[in-house]
Amino acid sequence: MGAFIIIPLIMVVYYGFTTKANNSFTLENIKLIADPVNQKALYLSLKLSLISTLICLLLAYPLALILKSMKLKSNSFVVFVMILPMWMNFLLRTIAWQNILENNGIINTLLKALNLPTVNIINTPTAIVLGMVYNFLPFMILPIYNTLAKIDDNVINAARDLGANGWITFRKIIFPLSIPGVISGITMVFVPSLTTFVISNILGGSKIVLIGNVIEQQFQKVGNWHAGSGLSTVLMVFILISMAILAKYDKESEGTNVW
Amino acid sequence: MVKKISQKVYVALIMFFLYAPIMVLIVLSFNKSKSRSKWGGFTFDWYKSLFQNEEIMNALYTTLIIAFLSALIATIIGTAAAIGMNHMRKVPKTIMMGITNIPMLNADIVTGISLMLLFIAVNFTLGFKSVLIAHITFNIPYVILSVMPKLKQTNRNTYEAALDLGASPLSAFFMVVLPDILPGVFSGFLLAFTMSLDDFIITHFTRGAAVNTLSTKIYAETRKGIKPEMYALSTLLFLSVLLLLIIINRRNDRIEKKRNAVTLAPAKKL
Repeated sequence: MGAFIIIPLIMVVYYGFTTKANNSFTLENIKLIADPVNQKALYLSLKLSLISTLICLLLAYPLALILKSMKLKSNSFVVFVMILPMWMNFLLRTIAWQNILENNGIINTLLKALNLPTVNIINTPTAIVLGMVYNFLPFMILPIYNTLAKIDDNVINAARDLGANGWITFRKIIFPLSIPGVISGITMVFVPSLTTFVISNILGGSKIVLIGNVIEQQFQKVGNWHAGSGLSTVLMVFILISMAILAKYDKESEGTNVW
Repeated sequence: MVKKISQKVYVALIMFFLYAPIMVLIVLSFNKSKSRSKWGGFTFDWYKSLFQNEEIMNALYTTLIIAFLSALIATIIGTAAAIGMNHMRKVPKTIMMGITNIPMLNADIVTGISLMLLFIAVNFTLGFKSVLIAHITFNIPYVILSVMPKLKQTNRNTYEAALDLGASPLSAFFMVVLPDILPGVFSGFLLAFTMSLDDFIITHFTRGAAVNTLSTKIYAETRKGIKPEMYALSTLLFLSVLLLLIIINRRNDRIEKKRNAVTLAPAKKL
């Protein structure tokens, strides 16, 4: 199993540190990240994925709390509602957003019918953030809901009996117990948003370039695998850093409860 | 009261957000006009022409075969791996868990690129098989993560009891352990199947030129405009899964009710 997980990653790093001409060691591919265009793409990716992760968290946490309070008979219903959209192809769903957001799309048609000023969303960073939030929101809801559903009601009742009000119970009991779910939710949203090239392609037009687009083009259009691998290596470092930061807040959990 | 209503409104809004694009696609599949932005009247034409469109049907076939095989193989490997890891000591177990988590936590684009580089390095032709192997690789973690919690809940003593009573390890596994973890195995399979079905990025890098799944076909079409048959196909897929899962849910409910009835009956006698 390691053969298909570890070895390929070593290959990416190897390609990243070698030249195209004669496979000798070089740092040129890594230094490409300092190129103004790539730097801008990386900065924009970081910014948009952080915003999307934050929005996902703010939307998902209250929803998970409400779902918990509904006391559903089995968890499978929530899982079912969240993974069902995935049976409609993810590209098609993103393209549907194009339809909704376009300048003569559904939102603007509705606004016109109501005699309101139209909005220009498509091909802006806002559209990309919306696409990210839409696509990855279930990955935030499920782990948070899972950890919340596991909290014993007696613990919460005990806190209330001991005189804690709703807010203090949440701050001192519910939230700390749900941190493992929050952490896996954040990783499950942040990493794919940071590295996507499809969402930015479809909803951002050709003008907005994320780091994922840069890497994809190096492989599929330019054909410079060494440059692409070098940038991927840098990206992996960013992923590792963010995970290390998150792991600090998540010492007790085993890091296995993604679902 | 106000709190209850506002909670319901909030859930409804999120559901609307998640399902609105799907509604748009379903509506588009009945749109007579080929343009996405104009409504040209209701039609079933795309559903008819869908079954004559060989390219789309081929892509559908490839997608389903890859999703099924990769989910099946990943379920077998993943379940075996989960059982093996469950018996390990703490340190190797943590290391193994870390390795299996990599494809899930790492960026899809990096996983896709790295597998492509590996296939090319060992002269493995990119095509159906390479996509299948790639999908198995990224599906295994989902299976392990579904099976692991169930495995932790099982009692090891039952397995040992079966061995003591003369069962071979294999039959002890199939008759004692497997029934206990079956819900986890099943949800792992379903999750793996869904992930494989919905994957684009990893397929994009490992497919070579000859193979097309629905995702790569749609991606190729995004610039020229999606064929309406694609909307029709997705609608059919979505509705059939919706129906299937509703039936399963209903059946589970009924079984649960029966079980409750059975356990309640003796209590009443007392």
